[in-house]
Amino acid sequence: MSLDKFIKNAVSDWMKGDGPDSDIVMSSRVRLARNEDTIPFPLIATEDQLQTVVTEVGDVITRSDVTDELGKLELLRMNQLKGIQKRVLVEKHLISPNLAEESTAGSVVLSENESVSIMLNEEDHIRIQCLYPGFQLQQAWEKANSIDDWFEANINFAFDEKVGYLTSCPTNVGTGLRASVMMHLPALVMTEQMNRMLPAINQLGLVVRGIYGEGSEALGNIFQISNQITLGRSETEIIEDLANVAKQLIDQERQARNTLAQQSRLRLEDKIYRSYGILSHARTIESKEATQRLSDVRLGIDLGFIKNTSANILNELIVLTQPGFLQQYAGEMLTAEQRDERRAKLIRERLLLNE
Amino acid sequence: MICQECGERQATLHFTKIINGEKTEFHICEVCAKEKGEVLPGMDNSFSIHNLLSGLLNFDATNNSTMNPNMQQSKQCPKCGLTYSQFSRSGRFGCSQCYKAFGERLEPLFRKVHSGNISHYGKIPRRSGSLIQMKREIQELKQQLQRAISNEEFEQAAQLRDNIRSLENKLNQ
Repeated sequence: MSLDKFIKNAVSDWMKGDGPDSDIVMSSRVRLARNEDTIPFPLIATEDQLQTVVTEVGDVITRSDVTDELGKLELLRMNQLKGIQKRVLVEKHLISPNLAEESTAGSVVLSENESVSIMLNEEDHIRIQCLYPGFQLQQAWEKANSIDDWFEANINFAFDEKVGYLTSCPTNVGTGLRASVMMHLPALVMTEQMNRMLPAINQLGLVVRGIYGEGSEALGNIFQISNQITLGRSETEIIEDLANVAKQLIDQERQARNTLAQQSRLRLEDKIYRSYGILSHARTIESKEATQRLSDVRLGIDLGFIKNTSANILNELIVLTQPGFLQQYAGEMLTAEQRDERRAKLIRERLLLNE
Repeated sequence: MICQECGERQATLHFTKIINGEKTEFHICEVCAKEKGEVLPGMDNSFSIHNLLSGLLNFDATNNSTMNPNMQQSKQCPKCGLTYSQFSRSGRFGCSQCYKAFGERLEPLFRKVHSGNISHYGKIPRRSGSLIQMKREIQELKQQLQRAISNEEFEQAAQLRDNIRSLENKLNQ
Protein backbone atom coordinates (compact mmCIF):
# COMPACT_ATOMS: atom_id res chain seq x y z
CA MET A 1 0.00 0.00 0.00
CA SER A 2 1.29 3.49 -0.78
CA LEU A 3 2.06 5.70 2.20
CA ASP A 4 -0.49 8.26 1.05
CA LYS A 5 -3.23 5.67 1.03
CA PHE A 6 -2.08 4.13 4.29
CA ILE A 7 -2.27 7.49 6.03
CA LYS A 8 -5.72 8.16 4.58
CA ASN A 9 -6.97 4.84 5.91
CA ALA A 10 -5.13 4.99 9.21
CA VAL A 11 -5.73 8.52 10.38
CA SER A 12 -9.16 9.23 11.86
CA ASP A 13 -11.13 12.04 10.28
CA TRP A 14 -10.97 14.10 13.43
CA MET A 15 -7.17 14.13 13.25
CA LYS A 16 -7.21 15.65 9.77
CA GLY A 17 -9.69 18.35 10.64
CA ASP A 18 -8.51 21.75 11.68
CA GLY A 19 -10.36 22.76 14.80
CA PRO A 20 -10.31 26.19 16.47
CA ASP A 21 -6.88 27.13 17.89
CA SER A 22 -5.46 23.97 16.39
CA ASP A 23 -1.99 25.54 16.23
CA ILE A 24 -1.86 24.86 19.97
CA VAL A 25 -4.75 22.61 20.98
CA MET A 26 -4.41 19.23 19.28
CA SER A 27 -7.64 17.74 20.55
CA SER A 28 -10.46 18.08 23.07
CA ARG A 29 -11.95 15.05 24.72
CA VAL A 30 -14.87 14.34 27.02
CA ARG A 31 -15.59 11.01 28.64
CA LEU A 32 -18.64 9.97 30.66
CA ALA A 33 -18.58 6.83 32.83
CA ARG A 34 -21.91 5.06 33.31
CA ASN A 35 -23.07 1.75 34.76
CA GLU A 36 -26.26 -0.26 34.61
CA ASP A 37 -28.08 -0.27 37.91
CA THR A 38 -28.84 -3.96 38.27
CA ILE A 39 -25.70 -5.50 36.80
CA PRO A 40 -22.54 -5.81 38.94
CA PHE A 41 -19.57 -3.75 37.74
CA PRO A 42 -17.15 -5.45 35.31
CA LEU A 43 -14.77 -6.34 38.17
CA ILE A 44 -17.35 -8.81 39.54
CA ALA A 45 -19.92 -9.42 36.78
CA THR A 46 -20.18 -12.73 34.97
CA GLU A 47 -19.55 -12.99 31.25
CA ASP A 48 -23.33 -13.40 30.69
CA GLN A 49 -24.15 -10.26 32.64
CA LEU A 50 -21.59 -8.25 30.69
CA GLN A 51 -23.01 -9.68 27.49
CA THR A 52 -26.37 -8.15 28.47
CA VAL A 53 -24.72 -4.72 28.49
CA VAL A 54 -23.41 -5.30 24.95
CA THR A 55 -26.83 -6.46 23.72
CA GLU A 56 -28.69 -3.53 25.28
CA VAL A 57 -26.24 -0.97 23.97
CA GLY A 58 -26.40 -2.69 20.58
CA ASP A 59 -30.17 -2.11 20.55
CA VAL A 60 -29.84 1.59 21.39
CA ILE A 61 -27.22 2.36 18.75
CA THR A 62 -29.33 1.05 15.89
CA ARG A 63 -32.27 3.30 16.79
CA SER A 64 -33.02 5.79 14.04
CA ASP A 65 -32.83 8.96 16.13
CA VAL A 66 -29.32 7.95 17.17
CA THR A 67 -28.07 7.05 13.69
CA ASP A 68 -29.70 10.16 12.20
CA GLU A 69 -27.46 12.28 14.36
CA LEU A 70 -24.27 10.23 14.57
CA GLY A 71 -24.34 8.29 11.33
CA LYS A 72 -23.79 4.58 11.30
CA LEU A 73 -22.24 3.17 14.44
CA GLU A 74 -20.20 0.01 14.44
CA LEU A 75 -19.86 -2.37 17.37
CA LEU A 76 -16.55 -4.21 17.56
CA ARG A 77 -15.98 -7.05 20.02
CA MET A 78 -12.50 -7.40 21.42
CA ASN A 79 -12.47 -11.17 20.90
CA GLN A 80 -13.06 -10.67 17.19
CA LEU A 81 -10.06 -8.41 16.71
CA LYS A 82 -6.45 -9.42 16.16
CA GLY A 83 -3.79 -8.23 18.61
CA ILE A 84 -2.39 -5.69 16.17
CA GLN A 85 -5.84 -4.25 15.38
CA LYS A 86 -6.47 -3.71 19.08
CA ARG A 87 -3.07 -2.10 19.47
CA VAL A 88 -3.88 0.32 16.65
CA LEU A 89 -7.16 1.27 18.36
CA VAL A 90 -5.18 1.97 21.54
CA GLU A 91 -2.68 4.14 19.67
CA LYS A 92 -5.54 6.12 18.16
CA HIS A 93 -6.86 6.68 21.70
CA LEU A 94 -10.15 4.97 20.76
CA ILE A 95 -9.85 2.24 23.39
CA SER A 96 -7.77 1.87 26.53
CA PRO A 97 -4.97 -0.68 26.90
CA ASN A 98 -7.12 -2.34 29.57
CA LEU A 99 -10.04 -2.89 27.22
CA ALA A 100 -7.70 -4.46 24.66
CA GLU A 101 -6.95 -7.17 27.22
CA GLU A 102 -10.62 -7.81 27.97
CA SER A 103 -12.20 -11.09 27.05
CA THR A 104 -15.40 -11.70 25.10
CA ALA A 105 -17.72 -9.02 26.46
CA GLY A 106 -15.24 -6.16 26.07
CA SER A 107 -16.41 -4.12 23.09
CA VAL A 108 -16.25 -0.71 21.51
CA VAL A 109 -18.80 1.26 19.50
CA LEU A 110 -17.27 3.61 16.91
CA SER A 111 -18.81 6.32 14.79
CA GLU A 112 -17.77 6.45 11.16
CA ASN A 113 -15.37 9.37 11.58
CA GLU A 114 -14.17 7.92 14.92
CA SER A 115 -14.96 11.08 16.87
CA VAL A 116 -17.32 9.02 19.05
CA SER A 117 -16.07 5.89 20.76
CA ILE A 118 -18.07 4.07 23.39
CA MET A 119 -16.17 1.48 25.39
CA LEU A 120 -18.22 -1.35 26.87
CA ASN A 121 -17.19 -3.38 29.91
CA GLU A 122 -13.88 -1.76 30.55
CA GLU A 123 -13.67 -0.47 34.12
CA ASP A 124 -17.30 0.66 33.84
CA HIS A 125 -20.12 -0.82 31.75
CA ILE A 126 -20.32 2.18 29.43
CA ARG A 127 -17.76 4.87 28.75
CA ILE A 128 -18.88 7.45 26.22
CA GLN A 129 -15.98 9.30 24.65
CA CYS A 130 -16.14 12.23 22.23
CA LEU A 131 -12.93 13.41 20.64
CA TYR A 132 -12.78 16.63 18.61
CA PRO A 133 -9.91 18.34 16.80
CA GLY A 134 -8.67 21.63 18.22
CA PHE A 135 -10.25 23.51 21.07
CA GLN A 136 -13.86 22.28 21.09
CA LEU A 137 -14.42 21.22 24.66
CA GLN A 138 -17.96 22.57 24.83
CA GLN A 139 -18.96 20.78 21.62
CA ALA A 140 -17.44 17.52 22.85
CA TRP A 141 -19.38 17.82 26.12
CA GLU A 142 -22.67 18.57 24.36
CA LYS A 143 -22.28 15.57 22.10
CA ALA A 144 -21.37 13.24 24.97
CA ASN A 145 -24.31 14.59 26.95
CA SER A 146 -26.79 13.89 24.16
CA ILE A 147 -25.44 10.36 23.67
CA ASP A 148 -25.85 9.87 27.42
CA ASP A 149 -29.49 10.99 27.11
CA TRP A 150 -30.16 8.40 24.43
CA PHE A 151 -28.80 5.62 26.60
CA GLU A 152 -30.61 6.91 29.62
CA ALA A 153 -33.95 6.70 27.80
CA ASN A 154 -33.43 2.94 27.53
CA ILE A 155 -31.13 1.86 30.32
CA ASN A 156 -31.41 2.43 34.08
CA PHE A 157 -28.10 3.87 35.17
CA ALA A 158 -26.68 3.37 38.65
CA PHE A 159 -27.32 6.73 40.26
CA ASP A 160 -27.48 7.91 43.83
CA GLU A 161 -29.24 11.01 45.02
CA LYS A 162 -26.29 12.12 47.10
CA VAL A 163 -23.18 11.03 45.23
CA GLY A 164 -24.47 10.99 41.64
CA TYR A 165 -23.46 8.48 38.99
CA LEU A 166 -21.98 5.39 40.62
CA THR A 167 -18.76 4.20 39.05
CA SER A 168 -16.34 1.34 39.60
CA CYS A 169 -13.63 3.64 40.83
CA PRO A 170 -14.28 6.25 43.54
CA THR A 171 -12.27 8.80 41.55
CA ASN A 172 -15.04 8.98 38.91
CA VAL A 173 -18.12 9.06 41.12
CA GLY A 174 -20.47 12.04 40.75
CA THR A 175 -20.49 13.32 37.20
CA GLY A 176 -18.39 10.46 35.81
CA LEU A 177 -16.96 13.19 33.61
CA ARG A 178 -13.37 13.42 32.56
CA ALA A 179 -12.65 16.28 30.20
CA SER A 180 -9.25 16.92 28.72
CA VAL A 181 -7.41 19.04 26.22
CA MET A 182 -4.20 17.94 24.53
CA MET A 183 -1.94 20.93 24.02
CA HIS A 184 1.35 21.50 22.20
CA LEU A 185 3.27 24.00 24.32
CA PRO A 186 6.87 24.09 23.04
CA ALA A 187 7.50 27.79 23.69
CA LEU A 188 6.31 27.58 27.30
CA VAL A 189 8.69 24.65 27.80
CA MET A 190 11.63 26.39 26.08
CA THR A 191 11.15 29.54 28.14
CA GLU A 192 10.84 27.39 31.27
CA GLN A 193 7.44 28.82 32.15
CA MET A 194 5.61 25.49 32.16
CA ASN A 195 7.10 24.30 35.45
CA ARG A 196 6.06 27.53 37.09
CA MET A 197 2.48 27.18 35.92
CA LEU A 198 1.93 23.56 36.93
CA PRO A 199 1.34 24.17 40.67
CA ALA A 200 -1.24 26.88 39.91
CA ILE A 201 -3.10 24.58 37.53
CA ASN A 202 -3.12 21.81 40.13
CA GLN A 203 -4.62 24.15 42.69
CA LEU A 204 -7.65 24.57 40.44
CA GLY A 205 -8.45 20.87 40.68
CA LEU A 206 -6.92 20.12 37.29
CA VAL A 207 -4.09 17.75 36.45
CA VAL A 208 -1.41 18.06 33.82
CA ARG A 209 0.12 14.96 32.35
CA GLY A 210 2.50 14.06 29.56
CA ILE A 211 1.07 12.70 26.35
CA TYR A 212 0.91 9.06 27.38
CA GLY A 213 -1.13 9.50 30.51
CA GLU A 214 -0.28 9.48 34.17
CA GLY A 215 3.24 9.39 35.39
CA SER A 216 4.84 10.03 32.03
CA GLU A 217 6.92 12.99 31.06
CA ALA A 218 5.75 15.45 28.46
CA LEU A 219 7.11 13.90 25.31
CA GLY A 220 7.24 16.31 22.43
CA ASN A 221 6.06 19.20 24.61
CA ILE A 222 2.57 17.76 24.49
CA PHE A 223 0.53 18.12 27.67
CA GLN A 224 -2.84 16.72 28.56
CA ILE A 225 -4.79 18.87 30.98
CA SER A 226 -7.85 17.35 32.60
CA ASN A 227 -10.19 17.71 35.56
CA GLN A 228 -9.26 15.74 38.64
CA ILE A 229 -12.43 15.92 40.67
CA THR A 230 -15.81 14.63 39.54
CA LEU A 231 -17.79 15.22 42.72
CA GLY A 232 -19.08 18.54 44.05
CA ARG A 233 -18.98 20.40 40.77
CA SER A 234 -21.47 20.40 37.91
CA GLU A 235 -20.48 19.30 34.42
CA THR A 236 -20.75 22.89 33.18
CA GLU A 237 -18.43 24.14 35.92
CA ILE A 238 -15.90 21.42 35.22
CA ILE A 239 -15.89 22.21 31.48
CA GLU A 240 -15.72 25.97 32.10
CA ASP A 241 -12.82 25.72 34.55
CA LEU A 242 -10.83 23.58 32.18
CA ALA A 243 -11.65 25.77 29.18
CA ASN A 244 -10.56 28.90 31.04
CA VAL A 245 -7.20 27.39 31.96
CA ALA A 246 -6.72 26.16 28.40
CA LYS A 247 -7.48 29.65 27.06
CA GLN A 248 -4.89 31.15 29.37
CA LEU A 249 -2.30 28.61 28.28
CA ILE A 250 -3.08 29.34 24.60
CA ASP A 251 -2.50 33.06 25.21
CA GLN A 252 0.70 32.47 27.16
CA GLU A 253 2.04 30.06 24.57
CA ARG A 254 1.34 32.54 21.75
CA GLN A 255 3.13 35.29 23.68
CA ALA A 256 6.10 33.03 24.39
CA ARG A 257 6.30 32.07 20.71
CA ASN A 258 6.36 35.73 19.70
CA THR A 259 9.01 36.57 22.25
CA LEU A 260 11.20 33.68 21.11
CA ALA A 261 10.75 34.56 17.44
CA GLN A 262 11.73 38.15 18.12
CA GLN A 263 14.48 37.80 20.69
CA SER A 264 16.15 34.49 19.86
CA ARG A 265 15.25 34.03 16.23
CA LEU A 266 18.59 32.59 15.12
CA ARG A 267 18.76 30.01 17.92
CA LEU A 268 15.14 29.09 17.41
CA GLU A 269 15.55 28.68 13.65
CA ASP A 270 18.69 26.65 14.20
CA LYS A 271 16.90 24.27 16.59
CA ILE A 272 13.93 23.85 14.25
CA TYR A 273 15.96 23.32 11.07
CA ARG A 274 18.31 20.88 12.79
CA SER A 275 15.32 18.80 13.81
CA TYR A 276 13.91 19.04 10.30
CA GLY A 277 17.29 17.96 8.92
CA ILE A 278 17.46 14.96 11.22
CA LEU A 279 13.91 13.85 10.49
CA SER A 280 14.39 14.13 6.75
CA HIS A 281 17.68 12.22 6.75
CA ALA A 282 17.87 9.87 9.73
CA ARG A 283 18.08 6.14 9.03
CA THR A 284 17.04 5.02 12.48
CA ILE A 285 15.25 6.95 15.19
CA GLU A 286 13.73 6.09 18.58
CA SER A 287 10.21 7.21 19.32
CA LYS A 288 11.24 9.65 22.03
CA GLU A 289 13.62 11.55 19.78
CA ALA A 290 11.17 11.43 16.88
CA THR A 291 8.43 12.96 19.02
CA GLN A 292 10.72 15.75 20.22
CA ARG A 293 11.94 16.54 16.69
CA LEU A 294 8.40 16.48 15.33
CA SER A 295 7.46 18.99 18.00
CA ASP A 296 10.21 21.32 16.74
CA VAL A 297 9.10 20.90 13.14
CA ARG A 298 5.48 21.60 14.05
CA LEU A 299 6.56 24.79 15.81
CA GLY A 300 8.53 25.70 12.68
CA ILE A 301 5.39 25.25 10.59
CA ASP A 302 3.30 27.33 12.99
CA LEU A 303 5.88 30.14 12.94
CA GLY A 304 6.02 30.07 9.16
CA PHE A 305 9.69 28.97 9.00
CA ILE A 306 8.90 25.66 7.36
CA LYS A 307 6.56 25.82 4.41
CA ASN A 308 4.93 23.24 2.17
CA THR A 309 4.48 20.84 5.05
CA SER A 310 1.06 20.11 6.44
CA ALA A 311 0.44 21.26 9.99
CA ASN A 312 -1.22 17.94 10.76
CA ILE A 313 2.14 16.24 10.49
CA LEU A 314 2.71 16.20 14.25
CA ASN A 315 -0.68 14.71 15.21
CA GLU A 316 -0.43 12.27 12.37
CA LEU A 317 3.13 11.04 12.78
CA ILE A 318 3.00 10.78 16.55
CA VAL A 319 0.24 8.24 16.09
CA LEU A 320 1.61 6.56 12.96
CA THR A 321 5.09 5.97 14.41
CA GLN A 322 3.75 4.00 17.39
CA PRO A 323 4.70 0.30 17.40
CA GLY A 324 1.22 -0.95 16.38
CA PHE A 325 0.96 1.27 13.33
CA LEU A 326 4.55 0.66 12.27
CA GLN A 327 3.91 -3.07 12.33
CA GLN A 328 0.62 -2.70 10.52
CA TYR A 329 2.30 -0.64 7.80
CA ALA A 330 5.15 -3.12 7.55
CA GLY A 331 2.70 -6.02 7.56
CA GLU A 332 4.85 -7.99 10.00
CA MET A 333 6.07 -8.14 13.59
CA LEU A 334 9.12 -5.96 14.19
CA THR A 335 11.84 -5.86 16.81
CA ALA A 336 12.66 -2.59 18.58
CA GLU A 337 15.61 -1.97 16.25
CA GLN A 338 13.52 -2.72 13.16
CA ARG A 339 10.86 -0.34 14.43
CA ASP A 340 13.42 2.47 14.85
CA GLU A 341 14.50 1.90 11.25
CA ARG A 342 10.92 1.80 9.93
CA ARG A 343 10.03 4.88 11.93
CA ALA A 344 12.87 6.87 10.36
CA LYS A 345 11.81 5.66 6.90
CA LEU A 346 8.14 6.48 7.45
CA ILE A 347 8.95 10.01 8.63
CA ARG A 348 11.31 10.60 5.67
CA GLU A 349 8.66 9.43 3.24
CA ARG A 350 6.00 11.51 4.92
CA LEU A 351 8.11 14.67 4.71
CA LEU A 352 8.77 13.96 1.02
CA LEU A 353 5.03 13.67 0.32
CA ASN A 354 4.74 17.40 0.81
CA GLU A 355 7.70 18.48 -1.26
CA MET B 1 22.68 9.13 32.40
CA ILE B 2 23.17 5.90 30.43
CA CYS B 3 20.93 2.87 31.00
CA GLN B 4 22.59 0.46 33.42
CA GLU B 5 21.10 -2.58 31.66
CA CYS B 6 22.05 -2.09 28.00
CA GLY B 7 24.72 0.56 28.56
CA GLU B 8 23.68 2.15 25.25
CA ARG B 9 20.50 4.16 25.48
CA GLN B 10 19.71 7.10 27.70
CA ALA B 11 18.13 6.07 31.01
CA THR B 12 14.66 7.54 31.29
CA LEU B 13 13.35 5.64 34.30
CA HIS B 14 14.89 6.37 37.65
CA PHE B 15 13.57 4.59 40.69
CA THR B 16 14.54 3.18 44.05
CA LYS B 17 13.65 -0.28 45.23
CA ILE B 18 13.65 -1.14 48.90
CA ILE B 19 13.86 -4.88 49.52
CA ASN B 20 14.27 -6.02 53.14
CA GLY B 21 15.37 -2.56 54.09
CA GLU B 22 18.10 -2.56 51.47
CA LYS B 23 17.92 0.37 49.10
CA THR B 24 18.95 -0.02 45.46
CA GLU B 25 18.75 2.64 42.80
CA PHE B 26 17.86 1.84 39.20
CA HIS B 27 18.46 3.90 36.10
CA ILE B 28 17.21 2.19 32.98
CA CYS B 29 15.81 3.00 29.55
CA GLU B 30 12.26 2.30 28.40
CA VAL B 31 13.25 -0.61 26.18
CA CYS B 32 15.04 -2.45 29.00
CA ALA B 33 12.25 -1.57 31.41
CA LYS B 34 9.76 -3.27 29.11
CA GLU B 35 11.95 -6.33 28.79
CA LYS B 36 12.49 -6.57 32.53
CA GLY B 37 8.78 -6.10 33.14
CA GLU B 38 9.31 -2.97 35.20
CA VAL B 39 6.79 -0.15 35.20
CA LEU B 40 5.89 0.99 31.73
CA PRO B 41 5.47 4.69 31.42
CA GLY B 42 2.35 5.45 29.49
CA MET B 43 0.89 2.12 28.55
CA ASP B 44 -0.30 1.40 32.05
CA ASN B 45 -2.84 4.09 32.64
CA SER B 46 -4.31 2.59 35.76
CA PHE B 47 -1.01 2.11 37.50
CA SER B 48 -0.52 5.19 39.57
CA ILE B 49 -4.09 6.10 40.38
CA HIS B 50 -5.12 2.67 41.60
CA ASN B 51 -1.94 2.10 43.49
CA LEU B 52 -2.25 5.46 45.17
CA LEU B 53 -5.90 4.87 45.91
CA SER B 54 -5.27 1.46 47.31
CA GLY B 55 -2.52 2.94 49.47
CA LEU B 56 -4.98 5.50 50.75
CA LEU B 57 -7.60 2.89 51.54
CA ASN B 58 -5.21 0.47 53.16
CA PHE B 59 -3.96 3.21 55.36
CA ASP B 60 -7.52 3.83 56.52
CA ALA B 61 -8.11 0.13 56.92
CA THR B 62 -5.09 -0.39 59.17
CA ASN B 63 -6.17 2.53 61.31
CA ASN B 64 -9.63 1.10 61.67
CA SER B 65 -8.51 -2.42 62.29
CA THR B 66 -6.33 -1.40 65.20
CA MET B 67 -9.37 0.20 66.75
CA ASN B 68 -11.84 -2.52 65.94
CA PRO B 69 -10.46 -5.72 64.44
CA ASN B 70 -13.91 -7.20 63.75
CA MET B 71 -15.25 -4.28 61.82
CA GLN B 72 -12.70 -4.85 59.07
CA GLN B 73 -14.09 -8.30 58.26
CA SER B 74 -17.73 -7.57 58.89
CA LYS B 75 -18.30 -5.05 56.10
CA GLN B 76 -19.48 -6.85 53.02
CA CYS B 77 -21.77 -5.86 50.17
CA PRO B 78 -24.96 -7.96 50.48
CA LYS B 79 -25.50 -7.89 46.73
CA CYS B 80 -22.18 -8.72 45.10
CA GLY B 81 -20.32 -10.09 48.12
CA LEU B 82 -17.33 -7.76 47.84
CA THR B 83 -15.74 -7.18 51.24
CA TYR B 84 -14.39 -3.86 52.38
CA SER B 85 -10.89 -5.24 52.53
CA GLN B 86 -11.19 -6.51 48.94
CA PHE B 87 -12.36 -3.05 47.95
CA SER B 88 -9.48 -1.41 49.74
CA ARG B 89 -7.01 -3.71 47.97
CA SER B 90 -8.31 -3.09 44.45
CA GLY B 91 -9.70 0.43 44.86
CA ARG B 92 -12.80 -0.62 42.90
CA PHE B 93 -16.40 -1.26 43.83
CA GLY B 94 -18.16 -4.48 42.83
CA CYS B 95 -21.61 -3.06 42.16
CA SER B 96 -23.82 -0.04 42.79
CA GLN B 97 -24.92 -1.46 46.18
CA CYS B 98 -21.34 -1.35 47.49
CA TYR B 99 -21.74 2.39 47.90
CA LYS B 100 -24.56 1.79 50.39
CA ALA B 101 -22.92 -1.22 52.02
CA PHE B 102 -19.69 0.61 52.84
CA GLY B 103 -21.75 3.65 53.75
CA GLU B 104 -20.25 6.35 55.88
CA ARG B 105 -16.74 4.90 55.60
CA LEU B 106 -16.61 6.27 52.07
CA GLU B 107 -17.06 9.89 53.01
CA PRO B 108 -13.47 10.49 54.16
CA LEU B 109 -12.25 8.80 50.99
CA PHE B 110 -14.43 10.99 48.75
CA ARG B 111 -13.23 14.04 50.62
CA LYS B 112 -9.61 13.11 49.95
CA VAL B 113 -10.12 12.28 46.29
CA HIS B 114 -12.48 15.12 45.40
CA SER B 115 -10.97 18.08 47.25
CA GLY B 116 -13.31 17.91 50.23
CA ASN B 117 -16.53 17.33 48.26
CA ILE B 118 -19.02 14.62 49.15
CA SER B 119 -22.16 15.64 47.23
CA HIS B 120 -23.08 15.52 43.55
CA TYR B 121 -24.24 18.76 41.96
CA GLY B 122 -24.28 17.67 38.36
CA LYS B 123 -26.61 16.03 35.91
CA ILE B 124 -29.51 13.86 37.06
CA PRO B 125 -30.85 11.10 34.80
CA ARG B 126 -34.04 12.55 33.32
CA ARG B 127 -36.22 9.47 33.38
CA SER B 128 -35.20 7.57 36.51
CA GLY B 129 -34.20 10.71 38.35
CA SER B 130 -37.36 12.81 38.06
CA LEU B 131 -38.10 12.50 41.79
CA ILE B 132 -34.58 13.54 42.65
CA GLN B 133 -34.89 16.40 40.22
CA MET B 134 -38.03 17.55 42.00
CA LYS B 135 -36.42 17.29 45.44
CA ARG B 136 -33.49 19.34 44.23
CA GLU B 137 -35.83 21.95 42.81
CA ILE B 138 -37.67 22.21 46.14
CA GLN B 139 -34.32 22.61 47.89
CA GLU B 140 -33.37 25.47 45.59
CA LEU B 141 -36.76 27.17 45.95
CA LYS B 142 -36.43 26.96 49.73
CA GLN B 143 -33.10 28.74 49.57
CA GLN B 144 -34.64 31.42 47.37
CA LEU B 145 -37.50 31.72 49.87
CA GLN B 146 -35.04 32.32 52.72
CA ARG B 147 -33.32 35.02 50.71
CA ALA B 148 -36.65 36.65 49.79
CA ILE B 149 -37.72 36.71 53.44
CA SER B 150 -34.48 38.22 54.66
CA ASN B 151 -34.73 40.85 51.92
CA GLU B 152 -38.31 41.52 53.02
CA GLU B 153 -39.61 40.73 49.52
CA PHE B 154 -42.82 39.22 50.85
CA GLU B 155 -44.78 39.14 47.61
CA GLN B 156 -42.08 37.04 45.98
CA ALA B 157 -41.79 34.92 49.11
CA ALA B 158 -45.48 34.07 48.96
CA GLN B 159 -45.11 33.04 45.34
CA LEU B 160 -42.13 30.84 46.16
CA ARG B 161 -43.96 29.28 49.11
CA ASP B 162 -46.87 28.31 46.83
CA ASN B 163 -44.48 26.81 44.28
CA ILE B 164 -42.81 24.76 46.99
CA ARG B 165 -46.18 23.51 48.29
CA SER B 166 -47.38 22.43 44.89
CA LEU B 167 -44.09 20.59 44.19
CA GLU B 168 -44.22 18.91 47.61
CA ASN B 169 -47.76 17.77 46.92
CA LYS B 170 -46.67 16.26 43.62
CA LEU B 171 -43.78 14.54 45.36
CA ASN B 172 -46.06 12.96 47.96
CA GLN B 173 -48.50 11.60 45.43
